[in-house]
Parts: sequence; structure tokens; C-alpha cells
Amino acid sequence: MKIEKQAQAGTMQSSDLMVFVEPANELKIEIESTVKKQFGHLISAKVDEVVAALGVTAGFIRVSDRGALDYAIEARVKTALQRASAA
Amino acid sequence: MADFQLRRTMLYVPGNMPSMLQNVPLFQCDAVIIDLEDAVNYAEKDAARNLVTSFLSTWKDRNKEVLVRINPLYTKWGHDDLKAILPVMPDAIRFPMCETAEMAQELDAELTKYEKANGIAEGHFKILPSIETVKSVINSYEIARASKRIYGLAFGAEDYTASMGIARTNSGEDLMHPRMQIVMAAKAAGVQAIDTVFSDVNDMDALRRETETIKRLGYTGKCLSNPRQIEIIHEVFAPKEEEVEYALKVVEAIKQANEMGTGVISLNGKMVDLPVVKRAIHTLNTAYAQGMVDAPVDEEILNGN
Repeated sequence: MKIEKQAQAGTMQSSDLMVFVEPANELKIEIESTVKKQFGHLISAKVDEVVAALGVTAGFIRVSDRGALDYAIEARVKTALQRASAA
Repeated sequence: MADFQLRRTMLYVPGNMPSMLQNVPLFQCDAVIIDLEDAVNYAEKDAARNLVTSFLSTWKDRNKEVLVRINPLYTKWGHDDLKAILPVMPDAIRFPMCETAEMAQELDAELTKYEKANGIAEGHFKILPSIETVKSVINSYEIARASKRIYGLAFGAEDYTASMGIARTNSGEDLMHPRMQIVMAAKAAGVQAIDTVFSDVNDMDALRRETETIKRLGYTGKCLSNPRQIEIIHEVFAPKEEEVEYALKVVEAIKQANEMGTGVISLNGKMVDLPVVKRAIHTLNTAYAQGMVDAPVDEEILNGN
């Protein structure tokens, strides 16, 4: 999957997250979270997993997390990437 | 065979709201209807579909019936909803704006096609059509009989009043006719009748009155959009103690009749036959869900076992 344009997904409600995606020459992922100290590494691992599963190798992905669980992280990252790659 | 699944409370949960979705396992309702239709705005249909799919694929120990309300199949989202949702195995599809038997059959065919292609028992996915326009009220009996997957008819008052061009009131006179017609259609077709949402979450007295009314009409459940309403609806649907005692006697009597090899038996001078036993089983299973009796009734007693 190739990131063609800017896109975003998610909301700023608690238990949710916002994902911002834009084209870039290499892959860069930035995570902001209200629970970064405790769970930052897990959030990061989940984002990496979804990005890899969708075959994304380049793009700037910024995550602003409000305490979301894994299933929500997976869904929001996937939605943002799908929107960014859609024609 | 009658369907004894309890559906006193069918709680709507917006499909694009993680804070509500992840509490689904904790709500004490009988069923949950995860919504991809009216609770999700047009621009977020794709996001809600992904979120619901992701949530259901991780929720392993499901403790209540799970329905997903898809968008109507005539919209551009309906088929994509089905394609995303069926692999995570909901129990049923809440089918909005179902106005004719043909519309229900179209969904039935889609479900059959998916089941066949994926080695799932045919008939696994059930359908709960929404009767929510004047046309669907008029066609409700044909809709109820349109597919074996249909276990009930669910009234939707908001769209109905809109299609009638009238305002909805808390007193409910505006809904008397469709409520009567839907419950009669459901009973004639041998399926459950499920009432509409009562939307004023601050008026618990009116909610109780409305639930008492629809119970008297023959409805066996109600949809709701706020978990605070669950307790009152369960209280109204709880059988009275004397009803439970009588039902226990009926079940005892029919067990004796089965032992003697006869289908009917008299209890306190009144004949106990199949319809009486069915009603008793429904009472006892409701009582069990309410914690009033220790065990549910084995429906096998209807087969003479």
C-alpha cells in the first residue's frame, strides 16, 4: 500500500486516537499519548504491526492517543492508511 | 419450535465510538446492536466498519447476542458493511428500512452465499428487520415470513413518524396502530415482537409506563440507546412471583404427562397443553435471567422428553 495523499482518522475522545498520515520518502512514525510513559512501547509495536501488515514502507505517520486499546489503534491506523492510499 | 432466546433489552451502541464499544461486554442487556447506520455520519462509514470489525474480532468470550445494524443494501455502504462484518461472526443483522419481503430475501440470499462459500452452517446468521416506515408496517406480515432467518420484527418509531409526517410524543398515541399491527404480524408469523427505543432518557416513569404497555400488547423486548434504561425494562419484563409458581407447576405437570405418554394433563382442573407449556417455559426462562429460579427449563419437554 502506498501513501498518496494526506489523510486522518479517529477522534479526540477518550479511549480513541487520531492518526495523521502524509506522503514521505521514508517511513517515520511519531507517537503522542496520555499514557506514553506506561504504554508507549506497546502502542508503538501495534502501529508498526499494522503498517507492516498493510505493506506500507514510506510515509509520515503521527499518532495522538487518548488511551485507546489495541483494537482501536489497529482500526484507526488502518483507516488512515486506507484513506491516504485511496485514489 | 418456538424461539426462547430472551431479547428483553437490545442496546444500540454507536459503531464509531471506542469508549462505548469496549464496554459492550459489561452491559447487562440481553443483546447489543452495534450501529453502522444512523449513529455513524457519512464521512466515517469506513472508519466505523474497521473499528467494529476490529472490536468483534478481539471479543472472544461473548456474553450476549451480537447484532450489527448495517446500512440498507440500496445505499453505497450496505454491501461493504456485510463484507466486513460477516467474517467476525455476528449472530444477526439488524436490517434497517426493510419495506418489503423482497428486500429481506435479498439479504437472506447474500447471507446464504457467504455461508456456503465459507463452510458456515446455513442459517447461522439471523435477521432482525426494522419495521420503520408506513409501507413496512403494512407489509410486516409478509416481511416476517420472508426468511427463516427472521426471528422477530423490530419497530422503529423515529423513521416511522417521519414517514407519517407526524411528531413523536412520550404518551405514544401516535404509535398505537403500528405497534398493534406489528405485534399481530409477528405473532401470526411465529416470531418475536421487539419495540422501539424510548428516547427521553431522563423520564424513567414514562419509560416504565411505555414498557408496561408494550408488554401487555405482546412485545417481548425493547430496543434502547442508553444502558441506564436496562434495569427498568428488565423489571417490567420480570414475571410476577405467582406467575413463576404457576409455570413451575405447569412444567411439573407436563413432565408427569410425558411419563404417562400423554400430551395433555389437567392442573387445578384446567387443561395444560402445548401453548400453556410454551408460555410457562417463556416465563421460567425470563425468571431465570432475572435470578428468580435456579435453572432454565430444558425445551426438550416440549418433545415429550
